[in-house]
Amino acid sequence: MSQIINQFNHKQSSHCESGVVSNMLSNAGFSLSEPMAFGLASALTFAYIPFVKIGGMPLIAYRMPPKTIIKTVAKKLGIKLITQKFSSAQAGMQALDDALAQGKLVGLQTSVYYLPYFPEDMRFHFNAHNLLVYGKNDQGDYLISDPVFEEVVTCRAEDLQKARFAKGALAPKGTMYYLDKQPQAVDLKPAIFQSLRKTGKMMNGIPIPGIPFFGAKGIDYLAKQIANLDQKPNKYARLYLAHIVRMQEEIGTGGAGFRFMFASYLDEAASLTNNKQLEEAAKLATEVGDLWRDFAMKAVFFCKNRQSVELADISDSVKQCAKAERALQRKLLNLTP
Amino acid sequence: MKLDEVPQDDSPTYSGHKKLLYAVDEKGHYHKVQSSGWDVESFATKLAVDDLNQQTLDAYQDAKAGLVSPLAYHMLKARLDITSLAQATGKFEWQIKRHLKPKIFAKLSDQKLQTYADIINISLEKLKSLPSQP
Repeated sequence: MSQIINQFNHKQSSHCESGVVSNMLSNAGFSLSEPMAFGLASALTFAYIPFVKIGGMPLIAYRMPPKTIIKTVAKKLGIKLITQKFSSAQAGMQALDDALAQGKLVGLQTSVYYLPYFPEDMRFHFNAHNLLVYGKNDQGDYLISDPVFEEVVTCRAEDLQKARFAKGALAPKGTMYYLDKQPQAVDLKPAIFQSLRKTGKMMNGIPIPGIPFFGAKGIDYLAKQIANLDQKPNKYARLYLAHIVRMQEEIGTGGAGFRFMFASYLDEAASLTNNKQLEEAAKLATEVGDLWRDFAMKAVFFCKNRQSVELADISDSVKQCAKAERALQRKLLNLTP
Repeated sequence: MKLDEVPQDDSPTYSGHKKLLYAVDEKGHYHKVQSSGWDVESFATKLAVDDLNQQTLDAYQDAKAGLVSPLAYHMLKARLDITSLAQATGKFEWQIKRHLKPKIFAKLSDQKLQTYADIINISLEKLKSLPSQP
């Protein structure tokens, strides 16, 4: 089998989707950091959806749904992405080979579970993972830049096919995407202020009474749920709190449910636009992140059955997060370019 | 989080890998920094993984005792539950629940079982039986 290795420089990222966007664009000569990709897409949010269950636990998300970052960044920067889905796995693998042969870096949406290079404890059925393929070696294995790993990895064709065509919620259906042509340089300034305004608006939740699941309202709602945990069995309370901490820290968020990544975006945007207000906003975002980390520590303290932490304390520290996020929101909505 | 506060706890759940985090220097500017693990996060992961392992073990014992079909064990072993297995196979949850009963499972055609075998990523023979060790 002939070997293809396209020119590629791998950089580790916190999160898969923003990492793929950053690596794909940077390798095409359009240097864009991971926090920039995340922030420009206004991907920061909070959602607590009690009726959507993951392993029996409510869905908790600190960012917008999968594909938001790829789609929004492409739109904001005027980049044309060619995206394909396949009904047949053979056709999907052939199209990947063809794109590689043309020298493209190809982004793929995959399941995490079927990728053997993931550590055992991190393999679970999440179908909206993203990675970049940059070549194929002479044994027919694919050369992959998985953004959350330190180094590039390889994966057998059989396993990659399984991961690309996994079934279930958010099924990838072989989704692949690549850049049509070299992206043009653009002035990021207007896009930055636009994105922050959108994030600020979203931080309050959606303005429909009776739907308290998003933004700062959603965080308050979560605080209430935690306070009510004392009516549930202790085992459930511990697993519930552990679930929140995992969603916030374990799933490649760059720490504190993307809050630090967002703060890093504000920091970078501040030096790009030379705007003091953005620097202040970055400080507020860092405080928000620190509060979320405090909450995680308290929650796990409770999980360890330490008597010194009460559910009311944990609920309080979540309320502090909501308060700090509202302060950040006011700052974002009052920015002047 | 400051650069020197980034935890380096060598968490076993990371299996020797390092994650990338964002943290601030003294002036409040952000940098990328690798972390070898955080005890807080690792404890939460372990709690959830241990709970899943316990459920898997219980299903193994129940399947051995003939109370549930081998599918109950293989499903949990593959980190699936009734909801996600239903989503992945396109079946209804009540159908999955039926197939967890040994008598009904024993009558399923190979074709139907193959759907499960593909999702769980094991052979038909393995799906129909239990391993000697859970």
